[in-house]
Amino acid sequence: MDETPGALAARAGAVGSRRTKPERLPGEARRIGYLYVAPAFLLYAAFNLFPLGQGINVSFYDWDGITTGSWVGLGNYTEFFTDPAIRSGYAHVMVLMLFYSFMPIVIGLFLAAVISRIRIRGLTFFRMLLFLPLVITDVATAVAWIWMYDVDGPISTAMRWMGLGHLVPSAGWLGDFNTALPAVGVFGMWGQFGFCLILFLAGVMKIPASLYEAARVDGANAVREFFAVTLPGLRYELQVVLVLTVIGTLGTFDEIYVLTSGGPGHATTVPAYLVWQRMFLTGQVGSAAALGIILMLIVFAVTYGLNRLMEREAEA
Amino acid sequence: MTTTTSRTQVTFNYLLIILCSMVAIYPLVGVFLASLYPAGTSTSPSGFALPPTFAWHNYVTAWQEGKFAASFTTSIIVAAVMVPASVVLSIIAGYAFATMRFRGSKVIFYLFILGLIIPTEATIVPLYYDVRAMGLLDTYWALILLEVSGELAFGIFWMRAAFLSAPPSLLEAARIDGASSWKTLWKIMVPFARPAILTLAVLTFADSWNEFFLALVFTINRMTAPAGLASFSGRYTTDIPLVSAGAVIVAIPILVVFIIFQREFMRGMLTGAVKG
Repeated sequence: MDETPGALAARAGAVGSRRTKPERLPGEARRIGYLYVAPAFLLYAAFNLFPLGQGINVSFYDWDGITTGSWVGLGNYTEFFTDPAIRSGYAHVMVLMLFYSFMPIVIGLFLAAVISRIRIRGLTFFRMLLFLPLVITDVATAVAWIWMYDVDGPISTAMRWMGLGHLVPSAGWLGDFNTALPAVGVFGMWGQFGFCLILFLAGVMKIPASLYEAARVDGANAVREFFAVTLPGLRYELQVVLVLTVIGTLGTFDEIYVLTSGGPGHATTVPAYLVWQRMFLTGQVGSAAALGIILMLIVFAVTYGLNRLMEREAEA
Repeated sequence: MTTTTSRTQVTFNYLLIILCSMVAIYPLVGVFLASLYPAGTSTSPSGFALPPTFAWHNYVTAWQEGKFAASFTTSIIVAAVMVPASVVLSIIAGYAFATMRFRGSKVIFYLFILGLIIPTEATIVPLYYDVRAMGLLDTYWALILLEVSGELAFGIFWMRAAFLSAPPSLLEAARIDGASSWKTLWKIMVPFARPAILTLAVLTFADSWNEFFLALVFTINRMTAPAGLASFSGRYTTDIPLVSAGAVIVAIPILVVFIIFQREFMRGMLTGAVKG
């Protein structure tokens, strides 16, 4: 969930851009256009495109960041299949996706379908509260959850009240090998579900009431109505949320750094954390570069794949 | 909505949305209450009771021990330069993409759009050595330049869409008056796109204030507020009230901005997400 609001909206933009209306032909040919675009492009090229090229280059070297590196070809990439640390990093990120993407979407869909059946007064106020987890600096919310997960924190206390005290890990929820990863996941779920709910609620309200009436005339019950009207009506919102949350999860870093530092042991390492670790802690700079490039390729593939999938669904 | 909606259902729905909102804010309210427990206590606040006494002094201690004066200074300076810079560059480039036709404009635009999904991790390794070679490690400039270039993709995308939504008559009128393209931009298009620009500025500020990864990689003595908090939290792991006070301190500016510019946030994140 290290998505800041702008980044989220930006990713959403990338998804949505395919859906914009046929372009209005912009004014006449103007060479002066280059001058307008140049300042932004130079900066963007210098700090995004050029380093990307450099990164690809570095990824072919075995380099510690200090001495001269040696060419290893695709060596850093084959590590992806052989290095257990990388494999478990991706395994962890897959688990996190359940919490960061799948569950908030399911919860958000369910709640939106139920809640939207009546007009809620003060929705603006509720929306503000539901947005807070996403808007507030995630380092700060992560610190809040360090306390939530403490051995003496609210979650443990509540469980003791319910007579489940024996289930509370003695090192706290973030310090236990079995619970650390799901604990990070629940933190992310907390950050995402409000956003999903708000987005779906906004989407449901745009579904024409006549569709619901028609479904009711046909004698559809709430469940049928959900699958026949609500879900298809939310297809586009679903696509946006899916791409956003999946990409967001792949880049998870902030909360891992603050909540667990990848621990205990390596129980919560994720790809982005491995990049940082290899670059600054273990001096495997070439490997770090390759991991970054692989992560990018996976993000590209996932974005493309999900967009295609959802579009095919739309046609079907 | 319909007359068949029963009272029970209405009540149930309100309860449901209230419950959701409580889940969303419980950790935030809880951490605020935790921050008011006496600092240095060995057992942490359980979260189901008010603190015995309100230890407001924790905020003074956290501010000093967490060196937040320094990290706030960095965050404010970076945001003060970075937000106007990236918004202005986005306005100018977005305007060209929306109103002018020039060879390669499509390709250049898509290169920018690509930036929306290139993860920072893919460029961070060479960037570190580039920034070091430029002698900019641990400077405001490193954060400013990288944050601006990181926001451009979204900013340009956003401003282009805003300018494309302008009625064609607006541009034609300016053209008939013989206004230069530069004048048309600032005198006609920018006033028209004011709401979109404000939204972009607010979202950009939020991104800048919340930036953590870049600060972690590129600064040591000039940490941003979130990086300062992370380091404070790492040094005082056992003192939950004090670290909680630090978290509240870092959250307050973005909270205030969010409350003031709520409409802009909603518009940015919902229409940005839905209308594309």
